[in-house]
Amino acid sequence: MPQLIKAKEPFRFSTRLHLTELTGLKAGNLREFLQLIKKVPGSSIYHHTHRFLQQHQFYSPEPPNDFAYWVRTVLGENKLAEQLASIDTIQYATIRALRDKITAVLEGYLNNYPLAKQKFANEGEEFHFRKSVSFVLPTHFVVQDLREFTEALEKITIDSIYFHIFEARLRLEKGKNDFSNWIETSLGDKKLADAITRLDPYTYSMEDLRKTLIRLVKSRLS
Amino acid sequence: MLKIDEYIPVVGASVIDDLKLLAEHLRGRTVQHVNSTSVGGGVAEILNRMVPLLNELGVMTKWDVIKGGDQFYQVTKKFHNVLHGRSDEVTKQDFNIFLEISQQNISEMDTYGDIVFVHDPQPIALIKKKKDNKWIWRCHIDISNPHVEVWEFLKSFVFDYDATVFSAPVFSQPLPVRQFLIAPSIDPLSDKNRELPPETIDAVLKKHNIAPDKPIITQISRFDRFKDPLGVIEAYRQVKRYNDCQLILAGGGASDDPEGVKVLEEVKEKAREDPDIHVLLLPQNDLEVNALQRASTVIVQKSIKEGFGLTVSEALWKAKPVVASNVGGIPLQITHKFSGLLCNSIEGAAFALKQLLNSPAYAKRLGENGREHIRNNFLLTRHLKEYMLLFLSLYHGEDVVYL
Repeated sequence: MPQLIKAKEPFRFSTRLHLTELTGLKAGNLREFLQLIKKVPGSSIYHHTHRFLQQHQFYSPEPPNDFAYWVRTVLGENKLAEQLASIDTIQYATIRALRDKITAVLEGYLNNYPLAKQKFANEGEEFHFRKSVSFVLPTHFVVQDLREFTEALEKITIDSIYFHIFEARLRLEKGKNDFSNWIETSLGDKKLADAITRLDPYTYSMEDLRKTLIRLVKSRLS
Repeated sequence: MLKIDEYIPVVGASVIDDLKLLAEHLRGRTVQHVNSTSVGGGVAEILNRMVPLLNELGVMTKWDVIKGGDQFYQVTKKFHNVLHGRSDEVTKQDFNIFLEISQQNISEMDTYGDIVFVHDPQPIALIKKKKDNKWIWRCHIDISNPHVEVWEFLKSFVFDYDATVFSAPVFSQPLPVRQFLIAPSIDPLSDKNRELPPETIDAVLKKHNIAPDKPIITQISRFDRFKDPLGVIEAYRQVKRYNDCQLILAGGGASDDPEGVKVLEEVKEKAREDPDIHVLLLPQNDLEVNALQRASTVIVQKSIKEGFGLTVSEALWKAKPVVASNVGGIPLQITHKFSGLLCNSIEGAAFALKQLLNSPAYAKRLGENGREHIRNNFLLTRHLKEYMLLFLSLYHGEDVVYL
């Protein structure tokens, strides 16, 4: 077994807990929906494209988002829903860019299928735009090497994994995820760091993502 | 009294660790809950659980109750009904009674909390006592279609709160005050939800002459028209043409609700000739409700109108397949065809019930998905977390807060 390398700097796991706040904005059809997508705060775009992952993560590993879900189940626009669900979220480094992509998909669809503007949600089924208020807290998990890192991965909440993989890179506009960053800069293991960076976390359920991370690190350890 | 660490086997140690981490940031602040009753009703039920746990976590939490009297509570009950969209006449005298009793409470109650957490309309006027502390108004009911005059009246008080809380977006109203979404929750370790040994379940079935070897469809609800018990019987009869099964309609005591007594009589009359329909009056008997839910093959909640509908969470927590109306907070608990089946009519309910009775493997999968959904979203630990985050949000206006 290769010698366990101690990190130059320890890694402290943080966790991110969120509260949901109403914006007071709601859409009953695609025209209103598009207008509001352009206008709502970034924390609302984030909420509707990432919260779904956590709350329904055990159902299926794909990243269906609230927008796609509403468009499909309430408006019945399956083609548009698929387009929204298929947006390759990982390639967007900022919420701004993600919003622009969603807007482009909606505008393109409405240009091609103008009749879709005439579909309305029933009363009570409008899309209510919410936003996330995030609280970031340091946890008591502080690790110095890959073995401790694996042990911590097994115990931390999915909120913590979420923070270090998704939130760090997208919402806070960091380029990489925190794990890859630490493994490369403090442990000097670029190969493992790149393997983690290459994962598309949006296509895993949270528990599968945890298991995959642990598997990658353990195979490196052995 | 349950301790917070007893929830570790249910939700995992890391979730409890997060609660403890959050609580550290609330040390030194006192939270004062105020509602209108310490016994009976969902608010009292949840506060009875949460207050001791918050104190154990180190968040100083107190709970005070306003004074009312019969006249005041008649008025606030009327407000409750019309806020839910029921039609009733609300008079000037009703508003005067509300203001008069509210003024007495304003004079007599000490609102000492750093954070004063007011539940529902009854204590709402206490906001007049606001000084440099923070005030939250928690609305537990569905005010999506409220009586206009009553809502305008109450809204004038809401404007002065620092934050409001609703259970679902569709329940809320436009307000110039921050509105947070926090759903209710169930306590997985309470008598209503904890695991029960088979012999306890069998004893309850025996007590009520329910055959353990014939499929059971159950609705647990007060005998109230909005729960549509007569519609449930209709749906059961449509199922019974093809599936030999039993129906249990069980609910809490109706002796203090004249309408409830009438509905109960109507249900008994409709069920009279069928020995497979069991109409049970269960006053505040959480263990028996638990046992009946666990003994059931399918749980139904065919409400015409519903607030949040926590009976659905109770059933899903027991991994039971659920057929429920697509109303109120129920769609937040059930994702159609993933964690249960939603219906919009008697025929729809009957169809869904037959599907589940005839496809036990599918029903099992739905129930298991439902249980996990409740574990992740509707347990008391999530509720504790969100209340603590809510308290912290009063002191931080930004969208990303580093603690």
